[in-house]
Amino acid sequence: MSNLQFLWFILIGVLFSGFFFLEGFDFGVGMAVKLVARNKRERDQVIETIGPVWESNMVWLITAGGAMFASFPEWYASLFSGFYLILLFILVGLIIRGVSFKFRSSSENAKERNTWEWALFLGSIIVPFLFGMMFVDLVIGLPLDATKNVMNATFTDYINLFSIVGGVAVTLVSFLHGLNYLRLKTEGNVRERSLAIAKKLYPVLFAGLVVFAILAYLKTDFFTERFTSSLILLVLIVVFAALAAYGTYKDKEGLSFISTGLVFVGIVAFLFNGLFPRVMIAQDSQFSLLIENASSTPYTLKVMTIVTVVLLPIVLLYVAWAYKQFTKRVKIDR
Amino acid sequence: MDIEFLARFQFGMTTVFHFFFVPMSIGMAFAVAVMETMYVVKKDKIYKDMAKFWGNIFLIGFAVGVVTGIIQEFQFGMNWSEYSRFMGDIFGAPLAVEALLAFFMESTFIGLWMFGWDKFNEKLHLLFIWLVSIGTALSALWILAANSFMQNPVAYSINEATNRAELTSFVGLLKNHQLWVEYPHVLFGAIVTGGFVIAGSSAWKMLKNKDMEFFKKSMRIGLIIGLVGSILTIVAGHQQMIAVADDQPMKFAAMEGIYEDTSSPAPWNIIASIDTKDKETKWEISVPYLLTILGGEDKYIGMDQANKELHDEYDTKFGSEMDYYLPVKTLFWGFRFMAGFGSLMALMAIVGLYLLRKNKIQSMKWMLWLFVAGISFPFISNTFGWLVTELGRSPWTVYGLFTIADSVSPSVTATSLLISNIVYFLLFSVLGYVMFIFCKRAVKKGPYYVDPSEARKDGIDPFAKGVL
Repeated sequence: MSNLQFLWFILIGVLFSGFFFLEGFDFGVGMAVKLVARNKRERDQVIETIGPVWESNMVWLITAGGAMFASFPEWYASLFSGFYLILLFILVGLIIRGVSFKFRSSSENAKERNTWEWALFLGSIIVPFLFGMMFVDLVIGLPLDATKNVMNATFTDYINLFSIVGGVAVTLVSFLHGLNYLRLKTEGNVRERSLAIAKKLYPVLFAGLVVFAILAYLKTDFFTERFTSSLILLVLIVVFAALAAYGTYKDKEGLSFISTGLVFVGIVAFLFNGLFPRVMIAQDSQFSLLIENASSTPYTLKVMTIVTVVLLPIVLLYVAWAYKQFTKRVKIDR
Repeated sequence: MDIEFLARFQFGMTTVFHFFFVPMSIGMAFAVAVMETMYVVKKDKIYKDMAKFWGNIFLIGFAVGVVTGIIQEFQFGMNWSEYSRFMGDIFGAPLAVEALLAFFMESTFIGLWMFGWDKFNEKLHLLFIWLVSIGTALSALWILAANSFMQNPVAYSINEATNRAELTSFVGLLKNHQLWVEYPHVLFGAIVTGGFVIAGSSAWKMLKNKDMEFFKKSMRIGLIIGLVGSILTIVAGHQQMIAVADDQPMKFAAMEGIYEDTSSPAPWNIIASIDTKDKETKWEISVPYLLTILGGEDKYIGMDQANKELHDEYDTKFGSEMDYYLPVKTLFWGFRFMAGFGSLMALMAIVGLYLLRKNKIQSMKWMLWLFVAGISFPFISNTFGWLVTELGRSPWTVYGLFTIADSVSPSVTATSLLISNIVYFLLFSVLGYVMFIFCKRAVKKGPYYVDPSEARKDGIDPFAKGVL
């Protein structure tokens, strides 16, 4: 494995972390539209907190997909064709969610608005849930064969206890992350209610994390292959979750928000650490797809590295600047 | 059902649908940027109202364009995994650059633009819409860099061991001459789309006699953009045809409906009756010399000759059973629809601008209705343009290198493909319908519409005149 291959494996992880950190709270806010806000004014307020930024947050996913195509075409090909139906419904979720913002604001009456609020709500649940399932499936192993394709996969290869727990976990963390974001960005009833709901959800999250850890121990080879690093990352995930809870009970919203974001980063790091040096784990281990044989040529990786080194800092700068322009809390009646 | 057919159907359906909104977004973003520039320069508030009003329509189209774009990115891996493996080393880089350079720019500054009307000074706010506009245009550049490689592979070598195409020069990929005829053609076509959407919608409002000054001015801007755009599109399209005749003679011959080599100098068929079964052109109405005048070559080879040459060149690689004949009628008529509506738009723009200048257009109902119908013309042109380009690439995904049959995902079942086709079809029908209704409604309301419930809220001003 070359340095560039290793770098791009890390970068794909970084891009997915960025996606979950940023778009994660957008999903949570999408859920809050039905679960926290109680009337039109509150729903307007909730949606406005992410109005200017959700689109650029979603680009992290598009970039992750594009980068995967570019740096690990074999991974991209095996993964995307192997998770066909799951990805189809992820796309459906992203689509109905993506149009709902503009369609809702163009709606003329409560009935139309309600339709697009439901689209936003459902899309915001479907996408993190299915991504959670997909990443868990990725680490427990799929029936890859010599052609590098996922062949003859069965229902339980995708839908099983571990993947459902993974899906629920990612959805739950998204919701909490969104609530923490709302605490940070709103005032009034929405903020108070977000706090109250978050308080109730942490015990569920901790129970979920315990189940997740047990299943990871039983169903993956993470703890036999890489005991120390897996354990450290698992502990970090719990620590971040605890910090988020602490920030909630002590009413420190900034701490909570950063912490739930870092829970996502921890989960992605945990999964990528366990994957390494593979990118997809085959049930028959000789067919596992490796970083070494799934990547593009050294030349393409070099080109992409140069492009990224030049462009990414500029992108991060103006994205950060854009966030800075909208730091004010969103009031309810403007 | 046949997996290859279903995958191709899906690619066609998603691409055509996606490509309704992409040119509209590119063109509308540009037009809105022009309007806002006029506001900043002339300080006339009507241009600000225009930027806001047409910006709203742009945003509705943009939302649908973005979400259908994600399908495009994902389906290469989902439906065409073997193609992705073969092409990934080359296709991936422009796609990743597209995301980094264009998508972040569009999405970030669109947020700032949308929510920043009262927040930023005029010049900064103007910069935002230009950055959005440049972002949309850049995004087209990178995706067409990938498409140009599929039409005319350059700067690569084949790795025999892995059977993959490998990039040898990134600069070479961008220097592809196909890219530099295809990109201007697509970009200018998109700009025409924006112009005609604005002109047609304005005409519709003028028929209703609403906000005449606003819509006359809008129509003029739309038509100027449409006129310049359509002339440039025709020029670029002409250059592209010359390149196609060189690079893909079979596609060119099919577009012109010629089986046997032309006489010298070559005539141009206006219409023709094509018999695909006996492989002959039954009759045609043609203009002598015209093809030679247009294309510059003394004579052009027909499909029979092109077929022979393709077999000579590729039989050792792909076998002699390969069918190199294309869906001739689709290409022949597709090209004529594209070019016909393209020329019609250029003509309409000239006539429209003249009538606007003479202040006559508002009394010519049928003319206004023609412009309303004209909203659909750029979409027809764009769609047929892509059908011709992409169908003409058959039987390859990457011209001369990799076939469509070898490209499909071996792991995906017909059932999965059938499900996804149905889901997309339903989704697109709903999205297309809603987006049409919302655009229509927004135009109907006009630029100075005030929501009655909002008005009441604002009206409770104790110091306003007339309250007491």
